Amino acid sequence: MAAKKLGLKQRYALMTRGLDWETTYQPMDEVFPFDKFEGIKITDWSKWEDPFRLTMDNYWKFQAEKERKLYAVLDSFAQNNGQMGVSDAKYVNAIKLFLTGVSPLEYQAHRGFAHAGRHLRGVGPRVAAQMQSLDELRHVQTQVHTISQYNKYFDGFAEFRHMHDRVWYLSVPKSFFDDARSAGPFEYMVAIGFAFEYVLTNLLFVPFMSGAAYNGDMATVTFGFSAQSDESRHMTLGIEVIKFLLEQHPDNLPIVQKWVDKWFWRGHRVLGLVAMMMDYMLPKKVMSWKEAWEIYFTEAGGALFQDLERYGLRVPKYADVATAEAEHMSHQNWSIFYQYTHAAGFHTWLPSDEEMDWLSEKYPNTFDKYYRPRYEMWREMEKDGKRFYNNALPQLCTTCQIPMGYTEPGDPTTIAFRSSEYKGDRYHFCSDGCKDIFDNEPEKFSQSWLPVHQIFQGNCGGATVPDVLAWYNMNVGADNMDQAGSPDQKIWDAWKTKQEKVAG
Amino acid sequence: MGVVSLKPDYEQHIEIRDRLENFHGNQIVYLHWEEHLSFCAAICFPLPPDMPFGAMVENVLKPHYAAHPDFEKVDWAAVKWTVDNTEITPDMETSLADNGVGHKSLIRFWTPGLHGYKSVGTC
Ligand SMILES: [Fe+2]
Ligand SMILES: [Fe+2]
Ligand SMILES: [Zn+2]
Repeated sequence: MAAKKLGLKQRYALMTRGLDWETTYQPMDEVFPFDKFEGIKITDWSKWEDPFRLTMDNYWKFQAEKERKLYAVLDSFAQNNGQMGVSDAKYVNAIKLFLTGVSPLEYQAHRGFAHAGRHLRGVGPRVAAQMQSLDELRHVQTQVHTISQYNKYFDGFAEFRHMHDRVWYLSVPKSFFDDARSAGPFEYMVAIGFAFEYVLTNLLFVPFMSGAAYNGDMATVTFGFSAQSDESRHMTLGIEVIKFLLEQHPDNLPIVQKWVDKWFWRGHRVLGLVAMMMDYMLPKKVMSWKEAWEIYFTEAGGALFQDLERYGLRVPKYADVATAEAEHMSHQNWSIFYQYTHAAGFHTWLPSDEEMDWLSEKYPNTFDKYYRPRYEMWREMEKDGKRFYNNALPQLCTTCQIPMGYTEPGDPTTIAFRSSEYKGDRYHFCSDGCKDIFDNEPEKFSQSWLPVHQIFQGNCGGATVPDVLAWYNMNVGADNMDQAGSPDQKIWDAWKTKQEKVAG
Repeated sequence: MGVVSLKPDYEQHIEIRDRLENFHGNQIVYLHWEEHLSFCAAICFPLPPDMPFGAMVENVLKPHYAAHPDFEKVDWAAVKWTVDNTEITPDMETSLADNGVGHKSLIRFWTPGLHGYKSVGTC
């Protein structure tokens, strides 16, 4: 008689549960040394729910299928010279930012979830974390493969891995993940699983993927699709972590709230790079950062936190400040990169008249009043042959590591300066959010590796800008400086002239 | 609240990276020209604590802000200064340290009558 076929639920239970056991040669607390020190109390690990019910054998099957489809698209993209079909050469800078700033975070996420998967003693979250760990490894791989087609023709890609560890502004996303990964496994799960993957992920992936779609980058769109079903699993894991922790013990609430506050603010700061990408770097705009924030945070996040109120969790601290900053953040960030273009791994430019009109329309309260004049002044300086560069190094925020260019809430003409003292030293912050994070963990953040200070300590290749750029592996004159006059622009113009000749 | 860490003696093992000793005899000083936000943030320099305040103004501050169109119009005698949020009237002859400028101090200055391009306060 043939063996009876198992139902999905039974099969899932057999393949994911009962894999754990009480250890006897070693005490459990030594086998799992990381899941208690954070103060989180778990009374019953079996209460963990996994709505996806995905088993490992099915996981491999699904992923292999997605992989086949993706690589078929990538092959045809390469054969048809897809890189020539994007909206404009400027667009390529958005994917430089993605490859140098975001893809290495996929790898960090892989490492982080592998660690959580090893160190949480409940079998349910372990299986989920291990699957996500594999997803994240797949994400970094497919992103590198997809973008490698651009690397054949354009600058700024080749040293992405090296640059991620060294370049001043890439320390912003890098330190974000270093912070999460050096925390305990529960904080990591709340930081990345909940705050990043659940609350903020739409503000990262939708802008980049719709940006790719609007700008004719079919390769990037395809890896976006290929990651989408993974992302819905990740979001589910993120929300499950929160519900599980809050249901397990009332003492968990204040700890979780503090993490939600911290990681919301940290995520908001990192997303400033996306804000600037959306408003300034996409030749064909999708929507403004402010609109994206309204849809994906104010509305979607509002509903989420309303739902979580029954656990006692409230909206992250400073959510109102973040919402007010949506009027300014992209402009302030683009200004930073414009004046430090000589030290950036992608190209910059001043917005055209048409783009400035779009910005006025999208930011009627702020753009014409505070930012248009700045670009006009810089444009006049360019015309006079005095393109504006900042030849000094900027003060950085100790927490988020971004140049301290953000202004006081309610006063766009005054930089927000915050500071704290710890063991007789002064520390500086861009905002109350970043100051609070430091004040809660000064032992951790007093160790911040701040690129500007590291340069002055002599740890970054030398004392001059060329020394430091060499240490970054920056191909000076090709990777950095303005789009106009760059080798990228030259190759693009040559393609376009050729296409016109063929067409004519 | 104490530190949340795996090992109870975590605090003994931390390496504070920006201690004064790590800057080869210099101290970190930040400068910021108010209402001239084309300079996106305060700017940072490693300077000897015994550098006269006036030498800092002439050799560090002025060359780095000279690119701004307002720079030539600055009346230096009228400039208002703060060091770490305390108003000061700097003594140009004496050292940074004597003027209250320590490691990682922030010097902000206002130039009366000058508010940047078109007086918007953000340029
Ligand atoms: Fe991912
Ligand atoms: Fe993910
Ligand atoms: Zn900050």
